[in-house]
Amino acid sequence: MKILVCISHVPDTTSKINFNADLTAFDTTGVQFVINPHDEFALTRAVWFKEKQGAQITALTVGDSSVEPTLRKALAIGADSAVRIDALPTDGFAVAEEIAHYAKNENFDLILTGRESIDYNGGMVPGILAAKLDFSFVNSCVGIEIDNGIATCKREIDGGTETLECTLPAVVAGQKGMVEEKDLKIPNMRGIMMARKKPLTVVQAQGADAKTAINSFEKPAAKAACKMVDASNLDQLIDLLHNEAKVI
Amino acid sequence: MPILIYAESTNNQIKKMALELCSYAKAIEKAQETTLVTLTINCDDTDVLSKYGADQIIDITNQDLKAFKAKTYSSLINDIASEINADTVILSASNDSLYLAPMLAAKMDASYASNVTELPSTYSPFTVKRKVFSSKAYSMTTLSGEKKVLSLAKNTYGLHEDAQESSKNSLEVNLEANDLTVKEIEKSSGQISIADAEVVVSAGRGLKGPENWGMIEDLASALGAATACSKPVSDLGWRPHSEHVGQTGKPVASNLYIAIGISGAIQHLAGINASKVKVVINTDPEAPFFKAADYGIVGDAFEVVPELIKKVEAFKAAN
Repeated sequence: MKILVCISHVPDTTSKINFNADLTAFDTTGVQFVINPHDEFALTRAVWFKEKQGAQITALTVGDSSVEPTLRKALAIGADSAVRIDALPTDGFAVAEEIAHYAKNENFDLILTGRESIDYNGGMVPGILAAKLDFSFVNSCVGIEIDNGIATCKREIDGGTETLECTLPAVVAGQKGMVEEKDLKIPNMRGIMMARKKPLTVVQAQGADAKTAINSFEKPAAKAACKMVDASNLDQLIDLLHNEAKVI
Repeated sequence: MPILIYAESTNNQIKKMALELCSYAKAIEKAQETTLVTLTINCDDTDVLSKYGADQIIDITNQDLKAFKAKTYSSLINDIASEINADTVILSASNDSLYLAPMLAAKMDASYASNVTELPSTYSPFTVKRKVFSSKAYSMTTLSGEKKVLSLAKNTYGLHEDAQESSKNSLEVNLEANDLTVKEIEKSSGQISIADAEVVVSAGRGLKGPENWGMIEDLASALGAATACSKPVSDLGWRPHSEHVGQTGKPVASNLYIAIGISGAIQHLAGINASKVKVVINTDPEAPFFKAADYGIVGDAFEVVPELIKKVEAFKAAN
């Protein structure tokens, strides 16, 4: 089985989000970049398939050379090879088109991604990628098994889960639940050493056009101070929620 | 050109988030002086959409559409958009709509923006405000394509009535074969889902153990709320993953979010700060959550929560 895991290179979840002076670009000063958490669940499941059922894993990112440490981390976790498509990820449409162009001749059985990146939260790459490749698509996947070319996936729905079956090839966008948090792998020294020797190929971009553009950023308005209510005066809380906030 | 929305329903009733979507699309329709067309699937009780501004209501009744299938639904919406010549399709932020939206955008060759929180700031170019960095910031994003797909973030625009005389159609459709089989649907029984809840009661490690969740469920039931939890609680297995809210869990955009024994890690706040009003109950007056909250109580959950349940029950009985 050939698995492609698409990885987004994102600020660590604890990052403070700041922008440059004219609010047109994200300020990366002092920001640690990591594998997008949703993608990490997908990558870990791919490594599980490799260990239990045999699979070849390629990790892929669209970005400039600054994303390579993130790809090396994916190699240290267990991917066999890495591909960087040399383009700035301008929007989800262009990213999906670049990945589709690369993947269409590579005969992947399964393409795993996260359900969205935690930076731009577009949630569009996996669905557009599947449409471009004419693969089956499962979103918000919280569990996947593969047997005889059939993927059985659990997907989150509002208020529950749904179990789906589809034939491969497929694009499956995962999140926590695809593996458990405790099963995420922290690369060990051996993995890190091996990762240095694994191939990281740079692929030239197609120059896909973006269909959206960010003009500027804004930070949420500063919050008014929290009103403190005495624990012995819960009637006041009920009154505030009813008459002031009007939420009960 | 007309604007099309897909108004989701459940048990033959239009969902509240679909009415919010209809309100939002109506305002765009008015600014552009066109018509608002709503699409419903297997729902014969669509009158409420007239109240929120639908000019034309299309319902498709088809047994093959009973279970949601993203590919079939997205090609159906694409067919209807091209049939009525709509260049803009707007969807809600339910799991189903977020699933089909990118597939639809690819089929329409449209620009797509999700997490949209406000009406367009300009129509030419078409620029919208969307939430980015897990609600820690917003971006002003221009959609350059001739066709556009938007998904509206939940509980941002609100409900605005604008009654219209709507024309009603039902259409015969040819469905695209689907490549997925739905095997089983498991719904959490008898509970309110976090996605649909107006009020969410959430608890963290401050509760000390899973055996203490009875009072959280009681408070939720008194308020008609969904229950949720912090990441450590779901990682410890005290509560199911489906209750984990935060940056890597479920997003919450309720009217009222009550956090009990949750310190307020930045990742947790990112997932819940789309909620309108936040109440924090914590023993530690220095807990970072107080900085993000509207109302705070410093106190022991084991004393405050049982008392609060009594007060809420008395309030609900009197109102």
